[in-house]
Parts: sequence; C-alpha cells; structure tokens
Amino acid sequence: MLQCLVGLKQVTLRAKLFVAGALVLTAVSAMPLTARGAGERLIVGPDDVIVQEINAQIRATWKDNEVEPSPAADDAEWIRRVYLDVVGHIPPIEDVEKFIADKDKLKRAKLIESLLNDPAYVRNWTTIWTNLCIGQQTPRRVSREGMQKFFREAFSKNRPWNEVVTDLVTAEGHYEENGAVNFLLAQMQDQDDGVQMTAKTTRLFMGMQVQCTQCHDHPFNDWKQDQFWQFNSFFRQTGKVDHRRFDSKTGRMVDDFSEIVERDFSGPVYFEKRNGLMKVAYPVYMGSDVDPGPSTDRRKELARLMTNGERPMIALAYVNRLWEHFFGMGFSNPIDDISTHIPVTHPALFNRLAEEFVKSGYDSKQVIRWIANCEAYSLTSRSTKKNTRDNPAIGESALFTHVYVKPMTAEQLYDSLIIATNAHKSGRSGWEQAEVQRREWLGQFVRTFGNDDGGETTSFDGTIPQALMMMNGALVKDAVSVKSGSHLHDLLSGKGNEVQKIQKLYLTSLGRSPTKGELATAQRFLKGTPDTLSVYQDLFWALLNSNEFIFNH
Amino acid sequence: MSLVIPNGMSRRHFLGHMAAGAAMIPAMNFISHVKANAAELKKRQKACILMWMSGGPPTIDIWDLKPESKNGGEFKPINTKGNMQISEHMPKTAAVMDDLSIIRAMSTREADHGRGRYYMHTTFVPNPTVVHPAFGSVVSYELAPKRRELEIPSFISIGGGGSSPGYLGMTHAPFQIDASGRINNADVGDLGYDRLNQRLAMLESVEDNFIKSDRGDSGAAHKKVYEKAVNLMKSKQMEAFKIDQEKKEVVDAYTGAPAQGGMMGGGGQFGRSLLMARRLVEAGVPFVEVDFGGWDLHANVFGTLKNQRLPALDSGIAALTADLKQRGMLNDVVLVWMGEFARTPRINQDVGRDHWANSWSVMIGGGGLKGGQAIGETDKDGLTVSSPKSYQPGDVWATVAHALGIPLDTVHKSKNGRPMKMANGGTAIQELIA
Repeated sequence: MLQCLVGLKQVTLRAKLFVAGALVLTAVSAMPLTARGAGERLIVGPDDVIVQEINAQIRATWKDNEVEPSPAADDAEWIRRVYLDVVGHIPPIEDVEKFIADKDKLKRAKLIESLLNDPAYVRNWTTIWTNLCIGQQTPRRVSREGMQKFFREAFSKNRPWNEVVTDLVTAEGHYEENGAVNFLLAQMQDQDDGVQMTAKTTRLFMGMQVQCTQCHDHPFNDWKQDQFWQFNSFFRQTGKVDHRRFDSKTGRMVDDFSEIVERDFSGPVYFEKRNGLMKVAYPVYMGSDVDPGPSTDRRKELARLMTNGERPMIALAYVNRLWEHFFGMGFSNPIDDISTHIPVTHPALFNRLAEEFVKSGYDSKQVIRWIANCEAYSLTSRSTKKNTRDNPAIGESALFTHVYVKPMTAEQLYDSLIIATNAHKSGRSGWEQAEVQRREWLGQFVRTFGNDDGGETTSFDGTIPQALMMMNGALVKDAVSVKSGSHLHDLLSGKGNEVQKIQKLYLTSLGRSPTKGELATAQRFLKGTPDTLSVYQDLFWALLNSNEFIFNH
Repeated sequence: MSLVIPNGMSRRHFLGHMAAGAAMIPAMNFISHVKANAAELKKRQKACILMWMSGGPPTIDIWDLKPESKNGGEFKPINTKGNMQISEHMPKTAAVMDDLSIIRAMSTREADHGRGRYYMHTTFVPNPTVVHPAFGSVVSYELAPKRRELEIPSFISIGGGGSSPGYLGMTHAPFQIDASGRINNADVGDLGYDRLNQRLAMLESVEDNFIKSDRGDSGAAHKKVYEKAVNLMKSKQMEAFKIDQEKKEVVDAYTGAPAQGGMMGGGGQFGRSLLMARRLVEAGVPFVEVDFGGWDLHANVFGTLKNQRLPALDSGIAALTADLKQRGMLNDVVLVWMGEFARTPRINQDVGRDHWANSWSVMIGGGGLKGGQAIGETDKDGLTVSSPKSYQPGDVWATVAHALGIPLDTVHKSKNGRPMKMANGGTAIQELIA
C-alpha cells in the first residue's frame, strides 16, 4: 500500500522527468549486458544494463533541469572516495600510486570488485550497521560484540538482506550466541510495551517514521495511530530475561548475559486515543491481517510480510540508504522518512533499483556495484557554472551532477588517520588493544550528552571540541611525532630530496600531489626555519587537520 | 609586559588604553584598572540565559497549581513576593518572584519530544526542506559581531544536546560543554605559540585551496570552526568556565547544598551550570543554555519532583536571580525557563503525567522585563487556556529579542533565499515590556 504511493504523489515537473527517463530507458535496454575484463569472469562495469539505466535516468533529469554534469573525477579524487565509501578509510599511499599508474580501462570497476572482497569491507559495514542498530554507545544489557559478530558474518557471506532483516526481527536467545538479538535488546531499555521496537524497526528497515503516531495520527502522511499499535502488536510476544550470576571473588551477584525469549501473548493490544477513549489493535501489516491467536508466532509473521513482494519497503529503504551513503543524498530525504509527503528525486529509478535488488536475491554487494560503477559517482565533487543550481545543501532537489561533499564519520576519520600515519603496519599494539584505543577515541569524539532524547553526533559536524581534539589530541600528536619508528620518521629519514618528501606527505594524507603553489609554500617555510624537522611535522599536522582531509569528496 | 597582555583581540584594546596615558600608572594598578573598566562595560551587555527543562516539566505542579481540581495533585500553592502563587516546593524562588513573571497561557502544538524541542527552540515547526536556527543561534548571530572582545563562543550550551544553527551557519552553533566546565585539548602545552602559529599558517594555505575548489560551503565552515577553536585556546576568557574559582558559599547557594556538604537533585549539576552561565554572561557571552533533564515523568511525578527536581530547580533559579541582581546585571540578562512542552493535567494510573502542549507555563524575567506577574491563565482543571490570548514560542522569543535590543523586523534568509521573520513573526508580550 505505502510502497505504491512512493512513486505516485509527485509534482508535475517530476512526472515529466519520469516520462523522459522512461523513453531513454527503452533505448538503453539493447546495450551489452556486462563488461568483460580481459577475458576474466563477468564483472559489473560501466556497460552493465542496470548501470546504464541509472545513467540514462540521471541524465534525463539533467536535461530536463538544464544542467550539465561536472567532468569526471581524476583517479586520485576517485580512489579516495571509493575507499572511504566501500571500506571506510582512505587508501594507503602504495594503492594510490599503483592505481594512478595502472593503464587498464576497466581499472575502476575492478577496484570496486576488489574492495568488495577486502576484509575492510566487512569491517566497515559491520561498524555502520552495529551503530545503526544499537547506537554508538552500547546500551545496558546489550552485547556490542554479539551484534558485531552477527553483522560480520552477514557481510562476509554477503547474506541476502531479507534474511538478515528476518533474523534481526525474529531473533531469540543468548546475546552472544545469537548476536541478532541485540538489535531488539537495544530497543528494550524501558518497559514501554514495545514502542521503541516498533519505532526503530519501521524507521531503520522500512524507512518509515511512525514514532509520533504512537500518540496521534501522523500530521502529514497516511499513518494512523491504530496502525502504530497494529504494528506494535507484532512485538508483544517478545520477552527479555536479564540473567545474573554469583561472583565468587566478590561474593556478590553480578550481571550475566541477557536473552530474548518468547512470551505468551495473544489477542489485541490496547491504546488510548487523544480524547481519552481506549481502543484495541490487532496484528495487521499494511492491510494484511494476521491470526491474533496464541498459536501465531507474530514476529515470524511480521518478518514474512516485511520481506514479501516485488518491492517491499525494506528494499526501498535499503536502496535509499545505500544511494545516500555513496552520494550524500538519497532519492528520498531524510533517508528514514520515505513517505508520501516527501518528494522523491528520481521515482522511477528508485523503484526500479529496489525491484532489481529484490530480483538479485537481496544482494547487498550487487547494489553497491551498480551505484559505484555509475556515471554520476565517477564525477568530480567540484561543481561547475553549468550546475551550480544543483545544490541540495540549500534545499534544492538533488540532481547528482557532481558528487556532494560528505563529512567523514568518526570511524572513517579514525581509521583514515591510522592509514595516513601507517599505524596499521607498525604493529605497535595487538588487535585487541588497538580496538580498545579506537573505541576510546570514538567515545570521546562522539560526545553524547544525557539529554532525554539521546541525540548523538556521529560525524564531524564541525564542533569546537572536535576541532580541539584533532588539533591537540593524543592521536594526531602521535601521528606527527618523529620518534624513531614513527611513520614520519621513516618517511623523513628515507631517500629523496625536499620536494619528494613534501610530495610524500601530501600523497599519504590527501592522496594527491601538492600543487605548485603548495609546494612553493612548504619550501618557503623550510627555507625560513633552521629546524626543518619541525616544518615537516607542522606540514603533516596541517594536512591531517585540513578540510580536504576530513571531508569525503 | 607581554606576560600580562592577553592573547588575541584585546591587544588593540590594551594599546588603546596605553595611548590614553595609562603608562604613567604602575603596571599592577593599570591592569586592575583595565579589568575594572572591562567589567563595568560587560555588566551592561545584554544576554539571555535559557534554562531548558529537557523532557517536559509538569508546570501544573510548579507554576500554575490547581489545588481545587482532581488534576491538582499533591502540592499546595504558596504566596510569593510577586503577584502570584507557585508550588510549595519552590520557597526560595517564591522570595524572588517580584523579579520574575510566569506566562500561564502557552498553547503550543507539539507534544513529541523531538518536535517540541525543535519548535520551542526555533519558533518554527519542523519542515523537511529547511533547518531553522535555535534562538540561541539567532542571538549569537545578531549580537556576537558587535562584541569584538569576545574570544569564547557566543552561544554556549551547558549539559545539553545540540541544536542546529540552521541557515545562520556553523559559526553560530552552540558550543557544548558539560557541567564540569572542563574543555579537553584546549591547552597549547609544550608546543608553544610560535609553532602553533606556524601550523596554522600552513593549515590556512591548504584550507583556502579546498575552499576555492567549488565544493560547497563545508570547507569554509570547517575553517571558521578552527578559527574559533584557536581563539578559544588563546583566550584568557577561558577562566569563565572555571566555577571552582567561586567561593564555596556561592556554589552552595546555587546547588542548594547545605553547609555540611551533600548535593541535591542531580549532584548539584543544575546549580553549577547556572553559576557557570552567570560567569559566561559576565565575560560577554550573549546566549547561554543550561540543560536540566529528568522531567519526562510518566510515573511517580510527585515523589520525583519533591525529592529531586524541585529542590535543585528552586535553589538554582533563586540563587541566579539574586546573584545577578546583586551584581547589577539582572536588568540586562533575560532569564527564560521552559521545556519542549509540559505534562497532562490528568494524572495517569502510574501517578505520572504524560505529554501536554495545550495549556502550560513558561517562566521569564530579568533583562528589564516586568517581574512579579502571572500573564494569562488556564481553566480550573488546567486543560485549556481560559484567558483571551494564548502564546506561542515565537511570542516568548520576540519578547526576549525586544529585551536584548534586537529589532523585531529583522529578517534572515534561509539558504535557498526564503525570508525568515524574527521569532517566526511573534510579537513581544505587552504585559512584560516595561
């Protein structure tokens, strides 16, 4: 019901674009299906039929809006972006140099493929989904390790997304043995009759904001208060047991594991209308009734209905989220409020991608291949005179004529600082200790405050404390240290003249060579100071602290 | 000499005094003379302190009691020095109510935490196409450019969640700190200013290239934030965050801690935050927001109020009002007390109150506004506004703007060029304007 409406209620201009897009589409379907890289196995490349369809529909909106795309990004710009987006950190200097030197015409498609098979891909998406499901700070009685283990397995096996969602929604058991339960455990912090579970499940997996309908009908969209409670009634068989155990050392009872158990529940739920009347709601999923009797496993039924059909909300929500991940703007924004009162930038394309995602067997990697291989993603992030109008930052509808600048997330920033300073290779501490340091830094960076609605800052959004942490914090202090064994020490004591050393500093941090002007500035500083070492240190400090470093562009 | 010149912008100010012949005065006297002058000047600077009651406070138990109604609950009203009664659990505040007023006719439309928070902070309802600035950002935008001697952020939020500066830009985003006032990583340390300056010079050349690369406004916003961070690092005004410099009696008055020690209600956090707010306002900060949470009282409302929330609230408001008055600052500093909404007059089955936006109270005072009044009223059960006029957040903030000398016909532009009226076109509340 709702999923059909997404594409329908559009302003006239959009309807026109829609038609234009469809015309171009027919023309494209005759194009070769896939690209073959030098006699190897099939890969998704720029000639893939879905990639071509994306290109055609995006081009159609350019034409209709009388804008022109920016030129293609050069290799240095593109490789930095694709690393950040797919594996969550900037590329190491060797990879940049190798990629730029590579003459293969399909090298971009091949790099996308190799990044999708990199262990860092699994780590990156595990981080992203763990944060989305349980938050940056682990709530009480939730196992972050369990949640991570679940997603690690899901992304390393590229498990179909419908199965992942099913597991999360229907999970039962021990929070480390079945890590999937942590998603629901994190929504069971208050005794709230499953209100938080209802709100989070719809928002995260279906891209629908229904939380305000707990108390009243939605002011703009079609959600009614009884729908909230119908949805809620699917979760009412969910119970939680917090186990305690005797600690022989202290002689006290301490927290042990938590688990989700099935709880007897049948019949309706009761809720109060604004006028004080009590009403009942039975489990109904977007018009599909479910037997409210005691033999029904309601969460199983919910998962079945959520993952049912050619274009369920979970497919639209996932595609929208991925598109936004790569472009900085979704087809529908904000990405977790896909609703009839919010215009969709490219409705036909949005629906088509969601359908293709379902047809692919809910293959997450396949969607990333389509997006990362498309023309719009290959463009520079610089706007031109011909597309200045395409500026979603001021509230304009996104046309994707150039790639929008995104702030790094806290994790991307930390992991990129580690790469830029080669700390990942020095082996200065074991994996576990490294992970502890990482979480400590993130905890400080992602400062949360004890406000009642629990808002968190998850990316560099330009606060002064974050700037101070970058400028004077221990991590960057270490990074610019010239102690023997440090990256900077190795770099400076190695071969090469002044120009080559400056060049290395730029490549390792910004993934590009300095411009003539930048080179001259650095040389001027070197000439002006007897302590040349401090100049290199300060240059590296400046590069790591720069806007160019901290933005994904 | 350079030892005592504060770093940053006040150097020019300092030299100005030198030229005026102050060089004849021995150094120490001279410094205290400058300080005294600056203090005198800052006293007259307008400012606003917002006490934000995160979670939605039950104003029916605090400012607008209904002892005759079934909704009235457990508390009794008491007389105050102003022309109104308030809760018996606010005795210290009752003694300063001649300086404060209560708007008892708020009728707002948002009863969801997020939406209510947005509406009360910005005066606009949430809208997917534009992000509106919190009013603290508006005040910062209007007043900060006129305070060139101010080196610390012009909108400081203590202990609270962030709010967006919206179309006014990151320069006017709230600077968030917790109630300890500790600011990490703000020390130049062993590095020294020469090296810091060298770093900053190099940073500038990299940043400027990115800013000029046609990649939107984020690059420039980043540079501005760094500039502010550097100003902060170099500033003597950082002292304002250190409430431990205050006498113990003063801290105790704000927190309500008895002389023997021991804190009430959130470990004295609210009181300490308010004390810091006073110090910040004194240093010239035009807008300080103090967050005091724990009001989402769906259950056990009376016990929690009586034992935790109200004692802390009472001491904090009373001490701040008296302190500002004693320092001659109350006429220039507006105090606003509000949450995202209030709570249902009806008491629920858990002896709690739920979300309610239809009829509730906001407290406002200082800044030259008329104190001692209750403006508007609710019906006998507290369910509706019964006086002829009800008020929106825009009216409250328009009143604040008036008190701060910000013209109400000021119009800001959203990023896509839409004109945005000051306080969403609200009007200053006549009864409050002296």
